[in-house]
Amino acid sequence: MNAMTADWIDVGAAEDIPLRGARVVRSVAGDLAVFRAADGSVFALRDRCPHKGGPLSQGIVHGHGVTCPLHNWVISLETGEAQGADHGCTPKIPVQIADGRVLLDARAIARLAVSHG
Amino acid sequence: MAKQRLVVIGNGMAPGRALEKLFELAPDAYEVTIFNAESRVNYDRIMLSPVLSGEKTFDQIVIHGDGWYIEKGITLYKGHKVTEINRDARTVTSEHGETAGFDKLIIATGSNPVIIPVPGHQLPGVLTYRDLDDVHAMMLAAKSRGKAVVIGGGLLGLEAAAGLQAQGMEVVVLHLMPTLMERQLDPAAGYLLQKAVEARGIKVHCKANTHEIMGTDRVTGVRLDDGTIYPADLVVMAVGIRPNAALARAAGLEVNRGIVVSPDMRSSDPDIFALGECVEASGQVFGLVAPLYDMAGVVARQLTGDATAAFSPQATATKLKVTGIDLYSAGDFGDAKDREEIVLRDPTRGVYKRLVLKDNILIGAVLYGDTGDGPWFFDMIKRGTDISEMRETLIFGQGYQGGALADPMAAVAALPDEAEICGCNGVCKGKITTKIAELGLTTLDEVRAHTKASASCGSCTGLVEQVIKLSLGDSYNPAAVQPMCGCTDLGHDDVRRLIKAKELKSIPAIMQELGWKTSCGCAKCRPALNYYLICDWPGEYADDSQSRYINERVHANIQKDGTYSVVPRMWGGLTSAKELRAIADVVDKFAIPTVKVTGGQRIDLLGVRKEDLPAVWSDLNQAGMISGAAYAKGLRTVKTCVGTDWCRFGTQDSTGLGVKIEKFMWGSWTPAKLKMAVSGCPRNCAEATCKDIGVICVDSGYEIHFAGAAGLDIHGTQVLGHAKTEDETIEIIAALTQLYREQGRYLERIYKWAKRVGTESIRQAIIEDPARRRVLFDRFVFSQRFAQIDPWAERVAGKDAHEFAPIGTLSLPQAAE
Repeated sequence: MNAMTADWIDVGAAEDIPLRGARVVRSVAGDLAVFRAADGSVFALRDRCPHKGGPLSQGIVHGHGVTCPLHNWVISLETGEAQGADHGCTPKIPVQIADGRVLLDARAIARLAVSHG
Repeated sequence: MAKQRLVVIGNGMAPGRALEKLFELAPDAYEVTIFNAESRVNYDRIMLSPVLSGEKTFDQIVIHGDGWYIEKGITLYKGHKVTEINRDARTVTSEHGETAGFDKLIIATGSNPVIIPVPGHQLPGVLTYRDLDDVHAMMLAAKSRGKAVVIGGGLLGLEAAAGLQAQGMEVVVLHLMPTLMERQLDPAAGYLLQKAVEARGIKVHCKANTHEIMGTDRVTGVRLDDGTIYPADLVVMAVGIRPNAALARAAGLEVNRGIVVSPDMRSSDPDIFALGECVEASGQVFGLVAPLYDMAGVVARQLTGDATAAFSPQATATKLKVTGIDLYSAGDFGDAKDREEIVLRDPTRGVYKRLVLKDNILIGAVLYGDTGDGPWFFDMIKRGTDISEMRETLIFGQGYQGGALADPMAAVAALPDEAEICGCNGVCKGKITTKIAELGLTTLDEVRAHTKASASCGSCTGLVEQVIKLSLGDSYNPAAVQPMCGCTDLGHDDVRRLIKAKELKSIPAIMQELGWKTSCGCAKCRPALNYYLICDWPGEYADDSQSRYINERVHANIQKDGTYSVVPRMWGGLTSAKELRAIADVVDKFAIPTVKVTGGQRIDLLGVRKEDLPAVWSDLNQAGMISGAAYAKGLRTVKTCVGTDWCRFGTQDSTGLGVKIEKFMWGSWTPAKLKMAVSGCPRNCAEATCKDIGVICVDSGYEIHFAGAAGLDIHGTQVLGHAKTEDETIEIIAALTQLYREQGRYLERIYKWAKRVGTESIRQAIIEDPARRRVLFDRFVFSQRFAQIDPWAERVAGKDAHEFAPIGTLSLPQAAE
């Protein structure tokens, strides 16, 4: 099912991600969190909070942000940056939607695998 | 110019107020002498009922202490009853022979209680309810814990009955008319009131015509015309008052029912004023404080030469001062052809509201159960406001009218200066704002001292604070409403109130209607709103799992490494070989790294991978175990000791009770976690006295504790009350939990809630008010119908499967190009 185009990997149907929720994609670069905001837009981040490594996929999604389930850091889905007074950034994976399918940027995942894997 | 001599006969609230106004207007115009038949200073007669019930002491209801008289240079003769007014010599003389000359005289002799001249009315043990001496006599009689009969089901009679009951007496109220307080309430509200009074354990007998008061040396009972006999050690007559005009009559002044005065408050002798309950003005006599204070103002202004000051009787409002019963009536609420009415009934909340309209003008209001809008309606009645614009929503009250909704300050800001804020002391908004500006007042206490606003019954304290806030801006912030989060300016309590008032039944509806500043909230407000909706609309609201914290979304506790811990329920801490065997098998099968006994007497399986959760639960379910909700803002554990089953000290079956409580209450969601315990004797091995709710078994039954904590904060519990049976214990605990569910702010533990709302208010609702307890209990039971579904079994059956499986797995070649 994870059909591959040249640079983009199909990880599943957007509909399978709950609105204001997330799903996990297991990868060589570790777990990735794919989010679907209330407005339907989809984002992907490495599933690790820059604070203590909490699984962001398990947090509450609000607007274009997610609150980490461990210590309530708020991470921007658009940039991966911690919001407010907290500082830190989690790597972001570019996303495309084609025919309702979620495609992740393969090169970004590969780079992540090299730097963090 | 030499001071004129002003003599005042009587030292009640009305002349006290008149003198205050007089000294305000012309501090040096008069040399004042007061004769008071009672041997004490001026006190707040309205507050006698709280003194009788033990909620206040005499010192707390004194209006003018001795110091005030000295400061104002007043000669006060205490315990001097005036026996003669000599109009020719311009003097008055007291029974002790003290004579004082006057240039101006105020007669404020008040009223006498009406005594029904039935046989036996002079027996010892028959009292009236008029002054502090009566209250003391009643409190003394109540020490016997005997039986009391109160004749009269009006305002005073009911307050007396409630007070006597609070002092431990068994009380019957006899009322001549078919419904209680018929002068202030319509029959529907009278009926609700009777139910509430009876629910407090006071018997009410309407259409009761007293035939005789029985007894030879002292009272032993009351016999009615229909032959009914009520035994009694104390009979209180509270059937009404009659103006005390004997002195004026003897002095040759015009007296009808009361001392007749013209609108300038002068009697038939222009130098002699009459004031208060002894007065008859425009053919009416008066018993409530508001018109008496109006009269006092007129007298003061007339005394300082303002000939235009005139008294005209206004609509009056009544509030019953019995704790736990909210009742308000104002204006004229009789039926008539040219009148229309708007009625709102909410039986579950025990609310009844009726507004009477004539030509689109509000002329009367009766409120029962929810009286917060009383002053607002009363203001419209007095002002004759045309309500056609807001007719549709009028009955829902001020909070419902247009833009004022979200901001309670806006409503207060919109009030005109003459709007009454404090009904007891007749203080309007303008007076408060003027005094704040003039004197630079900055605190509630200062405003109380200088304006008397909220200085009597205190029910307007919130409004007064809002007026202060309006005047001082952000520098005044005593009870600042903390917004729920950055998405709204509303506090938790406002949001909860509006969810109910506007029947908001979804998170988007709340955000839309209450003007949320973000599109879909945040991680602070969404879980709170989700809880409030679950609590307020059981069976109607569908849980929004995306607004749950992860633990409640997946029904397990997330650990620092992203794995989860699983805790199955063990009822009352009991387990069995079968359960333990199943747990051991699960540990082996899923290679669970850590198994630990918890503080709540159960077993924690730590380090379970998320995708294994449904399979782990499935195995535990098969052994009969369900979720222990160790992750929930809801009922957690009920810890027990072994009680009478095994322990040689046990007084009751504490284990059995703990199991019953847990089986009854599991699944319920609460504002924060709820931990309980039942100890079989005061040795308290289950440590019930540091729990949210605890039970200590004793020989005579069950002591119910609450509001303990043993975490960040450590608090011993407080005793809520005592129950005789297990069923009663469970009813009290469930009602307490429901009250907490309905009032608690999200994440607020029970001890913080209790501190915020006051343990006394909780005790009133749960222990003192069996009807309210029952209603709360019923609501709890109803909500449990939708709450007691094992979330593990649901998920084993496939619910939320997406939560537990990754959407996909990318193998190395794909990702690495």
